[in-house]
Amino acid sequence: MSLATQDSAIRTGRVTRTLIYLVLLLFALFYMLPLYVMVVNSVKPLDEITGGGMMNLPQVFTLEPWAKAWSSAQIGVDPTGLKPYFWNSIKMVVPAVIVSTVLGALNGYVLTKWRFRGDTILFGLMLFACFIPFQIVLIPMARMLGLMGMAGTTWGLVLVHVVYGIGFTTLYFRNYYAVFPTELIRAAQIDGAGFFQIFWRILLPSSGPIAVVSIIWQFTNIWNDFLFGASFAGADSQPMTVALNNLVQSSTGVKEYNVHFAGAILAALPTLLVYIVAGRYFVRGLMAGSVKG
Amino acid sequence: MAHSADVDFKTRLQSWLPKLVLSPSLAMVLVFVYGFIIFSVYLSFTDSRLLPSYGWVGWENYSKLWRLSHWKISLSNMGIFAALYISICTILGLGLAIFLDQKIRAEGVIRTVYLYPMALSFIVTGTAWKWFLDPGIGLENVLQTWGWESFEFDWIKNRDFAIYTVVLAAVWQTSGFVMAMFLAGLRGIDNEILKAAQMDGASNWNLYRRIIIPQLRPAFLSAFVILSHLAIKTFDLVIALTGGGPGRATELPATFMYSYTFSRNQMGIGAASATIMLMTVAAIMIPYLYAELREKK
Amino acid sequence: MGFLDIDNTTKSYGAVEVLHQVHISIEEGEFLVLVGPSGCGKSTLLNMIAGLEEISSGEIRIKDQVMNGVHPSKRNIAMVFQSYALYPNMTVGQNITFGLEMHGIPKPEREKAMKEVAELLQIEQLLDRKPGALSGGQRQRVAMGRALVRDPDVFLFDEPLSNLDAKLRVDMRTEIKKLHQKLGTTIVYVTHDQIEAMTLSTRIAVMYGGYVQQLGTPQEIYDSPANIFVATFMGSPAMNVMPAKVALKDGRPFAVVELHDGTPAELPFSQDNLAAWDGRGIMLGIRPETITDEDAADRKSSNIAPMTNRITVTEPAGSDTFVTMTLGGKDVIARMRSDADVRPGADFKFSVNMEKAVAFDPETEMRIAP
Ligand SMILES: Nc1ncnc2c1ncn2[C@@H]1O[C@H](COP(=O)(O)OP(=O)(O)O)[C@@H](O)[C@H]1O
Ligand SMILES: [Mg+2]
Repeated sequence: MSLATQDSAIRTGRVTRTLIYLVLLLFALFYMLPLYVMVVNSVKPLDEITGGGMMNLPQVFTLEPWAKAWSSAQIGVDPTGLKPYFWNSIKMVVPAVIVSTVLGALNGYVLTKWRFRGDTILFGLMLFACFIPFQIVLIPMARMLGLMGMAGTTWGLVLVHVVYGIGFTTLYFRNYYAVFPTELIRAAQIDGAGFFQIFWRILLPSSGPIAVVSIIWQFTNIWNDFLFGASFAGADSQPMTVALNNLVQSSTGVKEYNVHFAGAILAALPTLLVYIVAGRYFVRGLMAGSVKG
Repeated sequence: MAHSADVDFKTRLQSWLPKLVLSPSLAMVLVFVYGFIIFSVYLSFTDSRLLPSYGWVGWENYSKLWRLSHWKISLSNMGIFAALYISICTILGLGLAIFLDQKIRAEGVIRTVYLYPMALSFIVTGTAWKWFLDPGIGLENVLQTWGWESFEFDWIKNRDFAIYTVVLAAVWQTSGFVMAMFLAGLRGIDNEILKAAQMDGASNWNLYRRIIIPQLRPAFLSAFVILSHLAIKTFDLVIALTGGGPGRATELPATFMYSYTFSRNQMGIGAASATIMLMTVAAIMIPYLYAELREKK
Repeated sequence: MGFLDIDNTTKSYGAVEVLHQVHISIEEGEFLVLVGPSGCGKSTLLNMIAGLEEISSGEIRIKDQVMNGVHPSKRNIAMVFQSYALYPNMTVGQNITFGLEMHGIPKPEREKAMKEVAELLQIEQLLDRKPGALSGGQRQRVAMGRALVRDPDVFLFDEPLSNLDAKLRVDMRTEIKKLHQKLGTTIVYVTHDQIEAMTLSTRIAVMYGGYVQQLGTPQEIYDSPANIFVATFMGSPAMNVMPAKVALKDGRPFAVVELHDGTPAELPFSQDNLAAWDGRGIMLGIRPETITDEDAADRKSSNIAPMTNRITVTEPAGSDTFVTMTLGGKDVIARMRSDADVRPGADFKFSVNMEKAVAFDPETEMRIAP
């Protein structure tokens, strides 16, 4: 499936076109609004916001809120800023993304090129796991992490994200490898290549686009996760989302909205950057993951 | 006749490797998903409170659950939220997709703008909307400062309207994605059919109503399935936007489960609510996945 | 025992048997073509020889070694696929030597083998390109190079020419034939194109519905088709098959066929064994090129029968003109010289070379004569 423009057969009049552009523009403003609010208010002093100037451009430009959100805002009990939590997130996201993508690639390879009786059912089981409301696994997962000595650790979170991410990564690679010509695999078999040699030498070199999709998808989902972070993280493994929520919801002291906004942007920045840099793959990935089963 | 060539060890290993490679993932899914589901469902029939405990109480947790006004409120909130969220996202997504499919200049930029909310965490989205909708500093305050003294907009603090602010933020986050799904569907329609219909004299309106939209059935189905499961799973957004308040005005089953299990030490009831959530998702997803995977055979 | 034996081999997918008791044995250096309509099981059989599909029952032997359960790479075979199956991420040179590399052949030897094959196929200048930058014909050559470099016991081809355009297909066909004559390797070649089968093979197995309908040399298959399926599948235009009756005159069997107006025409058979069919119905098979005008009749034939019938359609095709008439209630095609004086609607005096006529049992559809 592609979003490439094609020569549309529909023709529209000038008035209709103007209206269409107007509507599209209006909605573009609607979608940009929260980003605008976050950005302008993260660089102005607090009193400009409380004084009714939320929609205005800053009169006094300051990076103070950013500095505070990053390194000195009160989060939970300590005035550490979001910095340590940002690194917590990185330490959790990177291994989880790599492991779940590698497993997804291998699973997709097996499920399309080494098919066996019952493989579709197994895939169905893995796929359904993507859609369960995670509330159903929270209690036993907490117990299990405790039993494995991983409660409250970053590695525990990595495990959780791998387990509940492989359904999607498998889906992506499976759909991608399904249209990869099976004759190539057969040719390689006759040439004497084994299971891993075929994967490594034949399939993997052509897997760039889908690997990008899988990585972006996993990165976004894991970075943005709140439920697992809130449920299973310990004091020194809390991810960015949980820390941001603590910052915003904390009831002590004055509400520093400008710091909240700066923190929100900090939490959004990595995924936003990934989306802007590799957005086209991201869209394609969403399509592949949702429209096709 | 020569005797049969030996089926050597390496060849046999090769035939087992695929299953061997699949097995760790499979084991994880079986234990961490299906094993855990069974465990949670089992807990919902026990007297677990702060910690799992294994005293069998039958349907007691479920009957308690259905007597709780807190649960009933979260269900009715879910009803309002899901109905509005799914229908608005679908209508908006379809409309924007149709508009964007008219050979629009800068389509790529517009698409990027519509879609970027998908990349954000619900916590970020919730924070942004929370303060924007806050009557003290947000929209109400701004418009009053600008001179519209009588303007009032306090939905987020109003028990009767707070749920609609959740709808607003959720729609903002997902409608661009639905748009992309419909756009892909539109781009997949054979242009020759449209040309033929135009030669038959169909107006644009009829072209969409009679020819194009009916062909988007798969996209409608996927959108519905995805939106409904997202609706049932909605949790972070409520936490960040309203915290379930004011009062219980924006409690949803997901937040209900979380607070009963982890703050109120009613694990049995929490597990029962989670089971009901799972059943709802399963009722939608299983027929869909079944149909999708069967077609592919 | 032959060089390649397919011995009572069957293939089933679940409860469905798609290949029934195949029995083929060929000698070293033979060119066997498996031909038949799509879905008849040709590729399945080829893949079983290659080891890409399991053998459900029976045996496949190469050089008297039982191949059942042996990994494809250990059978000393090479295969050329319909899609060529060139590794897209490797250069032509790497594609050709990949198999040698996998078999642990050291690099200098690989390079040498690659050079030889590249020279043989005239693809030296392509060695550093990726498959994506090649034309269809070039890809085809590379695919053959990859097979040749392995110096296998048996070459397997699965419809290797069907992705090429018509002109190139004919050129490559000749090229494959030349290669076979030069190298003398054993080849099993799958195609659905009966012309390819006729031109390339030393032996043909005609397949239909999972059965080998006939195994024989091209001449046997063409002149003495085992049944009506083989008769009509091989040859273009197809053999005319029409109902007729056998009648005895002075002890000699005749085929009695209805002309366009229902009057009977009597065509004498060359085979006496049809006497037993006196008074019974048969299916009469006559190839289009054996119905001609008087002048073009085969001089070497001892049995040319005249027959006057009405022409319904004429189709000039350059070198030949195809003439359609109604015979035995069917549309029957004659292949005439382009200068024959034929006009639609006119009555014309045809000469039928009955020496080449074939008779089939209408019940079993099997050949009864010659
Ligand atoms: N994996 C499979 N499962 C079930 N049936 C199959 C499978 N592969 C092939 N078949 C069936 O076996 C028959 C022969 O297929 P094939 O050998 O590919 O035909 P051909 O190459 O002659 O066109 C077909 O009827 C096909 O439907
Ligand atoms: Mg085939």
